Amino acid sequence: MKTGKVFAEVKESICLKPGFYRLVLKASQMAKEAKPGQFAMLWPTKSQEPLLGRPISLHGIDQKKGEVSFLYQTVGRGTALLANLEAGNEIGILGPLGNGFTLQSNAKKVVLVAGGIGIAPLLPLAAALKNEGKKVELLFGAAKCDFLVGMDAFADLGCAVAVATVDGSLGQKGLATDLLKDSLAKERPGHIYACGPKPMLKAVAEIATESGIPCQISLEERMGCGFGVCMGCVCHQKDENGKEKLARVCKEGPVFEADEVIWHG
Amino acid sequence: MVDLTVELAGLRLKNPVLLASGTCGYGRELSEYFDLASLGGIMVKGTTLRPRSGNITPRIAETPAGLLNSVGLQNPGVKKVIETEIPWLAKQGLGIIVNIAGESPADYAAMAETLDPVAGIDALEVNISCPNVEAGGLAFGTDAKVAADIISWVRAKTKLPVIAKLSPNVTDITEIARAVEAAGADIISLINTLQGMVIDVETGKPVLSRMMGGLSGPAVKPVAVRMVWQVYKAVKTPIIGMGGITTAADALEFIMAGAKAVAIGSATLTNPCAALNVAEGLAEWLVAKGVANINELVGIAHRG
Repeated sequence: MKTGKVFAEVKESICLKPGFYRLVLKASQMAKEAKPGQFAMLWPTKSQEPLLGRPISLHGIDQKKGEVSFLYQTVGRGTALLANLEAGNEIGILGPLGNGFTLQSNAKKVVLVAGGIGIAPLLPLAAALKNEGKKVELLFGAAKCDFLVGMDAFADLGCAVAVATVDGSLGQKGLATDLLKDSLAKERPGHIYACGPKPMLKAVAEIATESGIPCQISLEERMGCGFGVCMGCVCHQKDENGKEKLARVCKEGPVFEADEVIWHG
Repeated sequence: MVDLTVELAGLRLKNPVLLASGTCGYGRELSEYFDLASLGGIMVKGTTLRPRSGNITPRIAETPAGLLNSVGLQNPGVKKVIETEIPWLAKQGLGIIVNIAGESPADYAAMAETLDPVAGIDALEVNISCPNVEAGGLAFGTDAKVAADIISWVRAKTKLPVIAKLSPNVTDITEIARAVEAAGADIISLINTLQGMVIDVETGKPVLSRMMGGLSGPAVKPVAVRMVWQVYKAVKTPIIGMGGITTAADALEFIMAGAKAVAIGSATLTNPCAALNVAEGLAEWLVAKGVANINELVGIAHRG
């Protein structure tokens, strides 16, 4: 049986840059079970307010210490409440949830494309890929320098890191997808993984499909339950016959094969 | 050992705690978290004659102590449910109640006829109260004559206990309750969601793609308890109460107001084990209070 909602102790809650936070929780069971690309539902309070958990992807999985960490951006009421947490507080957690990334064993080099806070789930993936001895390159884009958080940990793992900002305040002026085009021109990777805003994911998916490189993307959606019963977070997918079908981002995802996603709008 | 078994018009349940339709799918996801056999039963996702893909997202909006949903009855259709879901559910050891929703009285009748002989099904819950569909749904459940018509169509096509699921979006809930009782409903379940809206002040637009949705969660509980109380006084038909139940104490409020069984809805979305916790909590409460049989509590709030 999976573990239902439990309460976990906050080990650390720190602001990395205005609007960006890292949260470390004591959660041995989750740390034991979690895979890169999975997420957890977090309830910042023990009361019925707010009622619903907030789906936040796992940023760190430390089995030895029995800890999991999350990197998030404050976007509304729930994340604002999370940001107020202090070490020693208890919060509600449910997870790990979702499918997670598939690690490609035959690829020698892989490219990770991150847009803004989309970098969060890619860190445990990078750690797992480096662990398998792969060459890993992180291509990280954001609107401006202030929104680039968390890339040092990738460099520490031995990943090559390239940065782009729309306003040119750090790295190359442009988009993460510009970095991807440059990278593909230099060396063809065996696999691409991406997480970020939808327009970026759509562009990455198109580039990967055109180049014939396998690509997995992690989608974000407003969720009710996080484990597949409320049908609140559906997205459009192609089935094996190419026909449109609905998939739950929380259950069949959040990671999907890029060529299976149907992009509306 | 306390006795938690309840019997509603031939529907026997090992305890009075059910999973409410639309918050538990067909049970598979929740079975990963606890043994479904610990519950009295499951009211499966609203099922329609033909498959429905539901409404476009956003389908969910959080509200103070509650949430709005406008999923729009996404489901694989009755044929697929009979083929793939019921046989699996029938092995799980809990009562199976199939929630049916139609666009016309004939839809309901056709589904009742199709489901009647299917092994494993214990009752049909007639959803005349979904606020999130274009045709039928809420419109059926807010007109006493139409509601009664649909119940009698279903009644004529099945020997299974027929549960009428009422909408709270009416002026007088007892009028609808009397009408469905007279039309042959064996059991009444209430409440479905209350119609609501949330507007994003940054965009100036409703959050939900379909503008309006159904409100559920702790916020609706007092409304639901009040309606169970009123319906208990108005009809003889046994009641399944639901609306914002999160704890055993919440469930007891419904039972004391007159419900013989209760269903757990939105609370499941905030904890997959919510219904299990309510069932266990009820047993503990009875032991602590020295009540031998849960049925002793049904409707006690009405005693002078």
